[in-house]
Amino acid sequence: MNISTQNRRDFLKKSAIVTIAPGVLLYSIAQAHNAERPVTSATRWGMLIDTNKCVDDCTACLNACTEEHGLTENVPAEVKPVWIRKVTLRDRQTGKESSLPVMCQHCENPPCVDVCPTGASFKRDDGIVLVDRHTCIGCRYCMMACPYKARSFVHEVLENQKPHSPRGKGTVESCNFCVYRIDTGKDPACVEACEAKGHQAMIYGDMNDPDSEISKKLKEMSSSVLRPDLKLNPGIRYQGL
Amino acid sequence: MKILKNLRKLGFGLLLVTTVVGASGEVPMPEIPKAKQNFSAEQSCIEPTDIMRRQHGTFLKHYRNDTTRRGIRAIQYNLVACINCHVTADESGNYPNVHKGSEHFCRSCHSYAAVNVDCFQCHTSQPQESFSSDMGPVQSD
Repeated sequence: MNISTQNRRDFLKKSAIVTIAPGVLLYSIAQAHNAERPVTSATRWGMLIDTNKCVDDCTACLNACTEEHGLTENVPAEVKPVWIRKVTLRDRQTGKESSLPVMCQHCENPPCVDVCPTGASFKRDDGIVLVDRHTCIGCRYCMMACPYKARSFVHEVLENQKPHSPRGKGTVESCNFCVYRIDTGKDPACVEACEAKGHQAMIYGDMNDPDSEISKKLKEMSSSVLRPDLKLNPGIRYQGL
Repeated sequence: MKILKNLRKLGFGLLLVTTVVGASGEVPMPEIPKAKQNFSAEQSCIEPTDIMRRQHGTFLKHYRNDTTRRGIRAIQYNLVACINCHVTADESGNYPNVHKGSEHFCRSCHSYAAVNVDCFQCHTSQPQESFSSDMGPVQSD
């Protein structure tokens, strides 16, 4: 299973080279972010999570996140950082239960950005919502504003952080879509872990690119967002809820 | 006239105080650890040494915004790259702690200049070789 999923990507790449005309291929390469230039709103990163494929007791994405960002400090449970968590939803009418990972939903209109007094909470042009911890004063207003409970506050002094994922006491943090991976053309750690497990419950990609896997899936399947009543237009969409 | 006289006295007093402090508070010159490798045959770092000494803070601060907010990653003024090259292990293979003593590359000068360095409250102060390839133009061996 593992090997076949690893090769899927390569197979798709090769088939694209064979079947698509050179001009189209050049276009699709231009869509990938060039790390020398700023990101633009031509891209909107998003994720589609298939709750039917998400296995109840599997925590591969959570573990991958913890490992990737070094969220391993020894602190009391109530102040442990949580960037992604498994939530079980139960339909009261039918009793149907679904298990799904919930992280920062990367809203188009993020309330955390609206309330931030210093501009530290911001949305990148490509739709990724981040905390600039250089300017975060740790007021935690964004944590209160977030309807998805997606953000955490670092309460203790940290040491030996991961070089690619700096984090420190007195600042707020949340899922950053593994932004340094995306910028260099890699998948977020959780998506990679889900794929490696063979569940393939998470698809990630550019929702503005009509040829991306996620756009095609979104077009053909019905999907929903959490709390659509808030009209935040999250970048994380769920299928099978 | 009286004010002027007083001012002159004050000035002389200040001069005396500064000379006394200067003479007694001899701070030893920092011992700066050598980097792992030179940038090129002519140049030891990504900019000439005198520019790096004066301006590294400006470079880091300016480009951190480009990276964090605009996603520009191909930047050679990169804190991870600095750490990877400049922070070296001692004989027993341990890396110096940036929060204690003055053996750490950044601390060696910052202690001497009495300038706080806040970077390492969030950023790691130790190189992690396995990540160097992910983080842009790092000069790897």
